[in-house]
Amino acid sequence: MRFIFKTDYDQDIRLFKHGGTKFWYGLLALLLVAMPWLVGEDMRDYYLAQLGFIWIYSIIGLGLMLLTGFTGQVSLGHAAFLAVGAYTEAILQKHGWPFGASLTAAFVLSGVAGIVIGLPALRVKGIYLAIATQAFGFIVEEILARWDSVTGGNEGLHLEHIDFFGFPIASEADFYFLSLGLLCVVLIGTVNLMRSPTGRALVAIRDSEISAQSMGINLARYKTVAFALSAAITGVAGALYAHKLQFISPEQFSALVSIQLLMIIFIGGIGSFHGAIFGAIFVISLPEAISAAKDWLPPSIGGQPGLEPTIFGLILVLFILFEPLGIYGRWLKVRTYFSLFPFYRRAMFKRQKAYMKSERLR
Amino acid sequence: MSAAALLSAEHISIRFGGVVAVDNVSFEVKAGDVYTIIGPNGAGKTTIFNLISQIYALSTGRIAFDGIDLAGVRPHRVAALGIARTFQNIELFEHATVLHNLLIGRHAHAEAMLWQEILFTPAQRRMELEHREKVERVIDFLDLQHYRDSLVAGLPYGVRKVVELGRALCVEPRLLLLDEPSSGLNVEETDDMAFWIDDIKNEFGITVLMVEHDMNLVTRVSDRVLALNYGKAMAEGTPAEVQSHPAVIEAYLGT
Repeated sequence: MRFIFKTDYDQDIRLFKHGGTKFWYGLLALLLVAMPWLVGEDMRDYYLAQLGFIWIYSIIGLGLMLLTGFTGQVSLGHAAFLAVGAYTEAILQKHGWPFGASLTAAFVLSGVAGIVIGLPALRVKGIYLAIATQAFGFIVEEILARWDSVTGGNEGLHLEHIDFFGFPIASEADFYFLSLGLLCVVLIGTVNLMRSPTGRALVAIRDSEISAQSMGINLARYKTVAFALSAAITGVAGALYAHKLQFISPEQFSALVSIQLLMIIFIGGIGSFHGAIFGAIFVISLPEAISAAKDWLPPSIGGQPGLEPTIFGLILVLFILFEPLGIYGRWLKVRTYFSLFPFYRRAMFKRQKAYMKSERLR
Repeated sequence: MSAAALLSAEHISIRFGGVVAVDNVSFEVKAGDVYTIIGPNGAGKTTIFNLISQIYALSTGRIAFDGIDLAGVRPHRVAALGIARTFQNIELFEHATVLHNLLIGRHAHAEAMLWQEILFTPAQRRMELEHREKVERVIDFLDLQHYRDSLVAGLPYGVRKVVELGRALCVEPRLLLLDEPSSGLNVEETDDMAFWIDDIKNEFGITVLMVEHDMNLVTRVSDRVLALNYGKAMAEGTPAEVQSHPAVIEAYLGT
C-alpha cells in the first residue's frame, strides 16, 4: 500500500501525482518508443499499422470524451468532423500545401464545423441533440458524395505520403511515431484543459447546468468551446486517418462510423482520459481478435456474415449492464483491489442513489 | 431606497400563465444583515431567488443590487457581481470531488485565456494555486477536510448541504442566497448551520438572504423577516414582530 503525504497544493495539480506513476508512465513511454524494434521483422508492419490506427482512434476518443464524457453533450455526428479533417487534408495536399499548414487547416476547419453544429446544442439537449448532430452527419456525408468537383464524389480521393517538414513519412514506423507524437500533444493539451477552470466548467455543465450558471459559467460559451475543441481534435485525427488509408470516400464517414466512435468512449469508460485510450485499443483489436478466432470456430458460426457487429453489440450491452464505467472502471477496481490488498471490500464502488433533483429548472 | 440597502426589490411580480407566483412584493436587504423570507409551501420564496439569479425574468417591478438594475444582467454574470446561491434540493456536481466542486465556485474569479489553460503556463499554475488557497480557507471554515477528495455522489445529505454552502462561499460573494439551508438536516447539523450563518455575517461581512422554514433557526440568526403567502407580502419586520403578526398566525395556523 502506498501512502501519499501531501505537503504542497501543487501535488494535486501536477501531471504525475507521485513517483510510482512517473515510473510506470516512463516505462510505458520507453516501451512505445522501442516498439518498432521489439516486434519481429515479418509481423512488424502489421503491428505498427494496427498501433497507428489505435493512436488515431485514441485522438478521436479524446476529442469525443471532451464533448460527451466531460461536457455531457452526446454527438452522433462525429464521423462528419473526421470527414472534414480528412477531406481538408486530402484536398490541400493536392494543392501542394505543406503538411503543417494543411493539418492546421484541418484543425481550424473542423473546429469551425464544430461551432456551427454546436449552435443547436445551446438550445436542445439529450436525445434531441443526438438527433441534430446525426442530421449534421448525414448532411456532410451527402455533400461529400455530391460535390464532385472538389471531393471527387463517390470515387473518393487518393493521398500521397506525408512530407513532414522535409522528412518523408513513408514507412509504417514513421507513421507510427507521427501519430503517437500527435496523440501525446492532444493528450497533454486536454489533460491541461481539464485541470483548468475551463475543464471544471465543462464538468459543471455536465452535472448541473442550473448551478453551473449560478457559479458564473457562461453555458453558451463553454458548450461552444467544447464543441469546437472536440471537433478540431477529431479533425486532426481525420487528417491522419486519410493518410493512413491513403484513400478516402464518403462511405467511410457514415452514421455507423459515428456510432463506432461513440463506442470508443462508452466501452473505454466515460469521463476519463484512460477510457479514450482503452476504448480505442478495444475497438481496433476486437475485429482482429474475431477474425483470428474465426479459424477456431466451427464454420456454421465463424462463417456467419454478421458475426462482428453481433459480438460488438453484445459486448456493449454487457458493459452498460455490468460496468457502466467501462474498461477504465474495471481497471480502477482491479487496481484498488491490489493497492489495498487485503482490505478491498465489494461495496467500495457502490454508489448511493442520487437524491431528488429539482426538475422544474431543467 | 435607503443608502445602506444592498439589495432592493421594488414592486416585483411574476406571472406564469394565469398564476401570479410573486405579486407586487417589495423589500430591502441592508448590507450586513441576515434577511429571511418565510411562508408556507408555494408562497413564492424560491421564485424570488430565481428572479434575483435571473433564471426567471420579472413581469413587472425592479430588482437592484448595489444600485445596479439586475434586469439586463445575464444569469452567468450574476455571480461576478457578487451574488452566490445554494439550492433547495442541492445542485452539486455529482461526479466530481468536493475539492473540484469548491474550485468551480471560484469560476467567477477565473480569468485565464484558453491557450494558457491548454499549455498550462506557469502563470496558470500560479492562478490555480491561488484558487486552491482560497478554497482551503473555506474547507477549514466548514470543517470539510475529511471529505476533500470524496466524490459528491457518495456523500451523506448533511455533508452535501455543507459542501453547497462552501461552494457558494468560494464565489466570495457580497450577497449570499441560501435556499432552505436547514432542510433535511438533523438538530445538531442545523445548530452548526446557525453558527456558520452567524460567522458568515459577522466575520466575513457577507449579507445573507435566506429562505427557511425552521423558525428556531430563523429567530436565532435573522435581523429582518419577510412573510409571504400566495405570492403576497403579509408582514415584514424583526423575527418577533413577524411571528406575532395576526396575518402570519392565520396563514400558518388557520382561523
